Amino acid sequence: MATAGAEARPPLLSTAAQGLKIVVVGGFGVGKTTMVRAVSDIRPLNTEETMTRAGEGVDDLSAVQGKTTTTIAFDFGRISLNDETVLYLFGAPGQERFWFLWDRLFSGTLGAVVLVDTRRLEDSWYAIDRLEAHGTPFIVASNDFGGPRHTAEQVREALDLPAEIPLVECDARSRESSKDVLLALVHHLYALSTARSASEDPL
Amino acid sequence: MTRPGRDEDPDRLYTVTGGRSRSTVGAETFDLVTLVVSESAPVRGMQSEHAAILRICRFPTAVVELAADLGLPVSVVRILLGDLLAQGKITARHPRRAQTADALPDPDILKQVLVGLRNI
Ligand SMILES: Nc1nc2c(ncn2[C@@H]2O[C@H](COP(=O)(O)OP(=O)(O)OP(=O)(O)O)[C@@H](O)[C@H]2O)c(=O)[nH]1
Ligand SMILES: [Mg+2]
Repeated sequence: MATAGAEARPPLLSTAAQGLKIVVVGGFGVGKTTMVRAVSDIRPLNTEETMTRAGEGVDDLSAVQGKTTTTIAFDFGRISLNDETVLYLFGAPGQERFWFLWDRLFSGTLGAVVLVDTRRLEDSWYAIDRLEAHGTPFIVASNDFGGPRHTAEQVREALDLPAEIPLVECDARSRESSKDVLLALVHHLYALSTARSASEDPL
Repeated sequence: MTRPGRDEDPDRLYTVTGGRSRSTVGAETFDLVTLVVSESAPVRGMQSEHAAILRICRFPTAVVELAADLGLPVSVVRILLGDLLAQGKITARHPRRAQTADALPDPDILKQVLVGLRNI
């Protein structure tokens, strides 16, 4: 049941002090795990969270006896950014019941990448709605599966994506391309963050 | 391993945690990416999951990595970590929390991320 033991992956430095989160979210088979694997220092690991049908995490186990529980699986990789800071990258499904667990698992996340396949853009509508509702900053990355070409404008329109949210193309199998997606997200976050602090405490 | 939607066996989870509940000290404060470090070695007679955590956390290890290694849901790992924290057997390096739910990340942290990502 457990994935590879701790021996199978390099340990973090003893100076590692701060974990950060970025979430890659999207429909089935859209390339989430592929993107995590492309940039991760370690082979992606898989884990899960269990909740009751009411959407509560299973942390009151005495109350769970006899109740039906559901498990959401997600995978993740890791990038050591420097001696102290480690970025964890999560690949998470976009389906409806997953969002019950969003706050529990992904509160405090830096931001999200919505990975879309242009052949089935509608699969990502729900994820985009939820991220907007949660106030989580995100960008959209369209993964090229070799389907008919769509212009950025067509994709943007189909997703009803506001102009200020970046839309980038990628090949999740490529380390460089996936890294560029993450850089695009962080640039976007940086722009939002500096705009915010400039308006809050003008010097 | 698992596809989403697999139904977990509550009996196994109940056994691992001894049926303890969320009142366990500090369990809620463990984020997925809180880094856990052992402060002591496993001892004979210790519950095997506790011993495994102490072994793995000789080097800093995120809560989510522990969940993957132990093959247990994150919430169950949080309870086990609460036990070890209460006994002083681990320390936890928590992520710095944003003040409000919609707070954007600190530009200084984002700069670190940009520099780090460019170097991979
Ligand atoms: N042509 C092409 N294929 C890709 C690309 N990215 C991923 N794939 C392939 O698409 C398939 C699904 O990719 P995964 O990374 O498993 O997708 P996922 O989103 O993690 O899938 P689930 O976790 O099952 O929802 C794999 O066979 C990948 O090799 C891409 O950019 N281009
Ligand atoms: Mg996957």
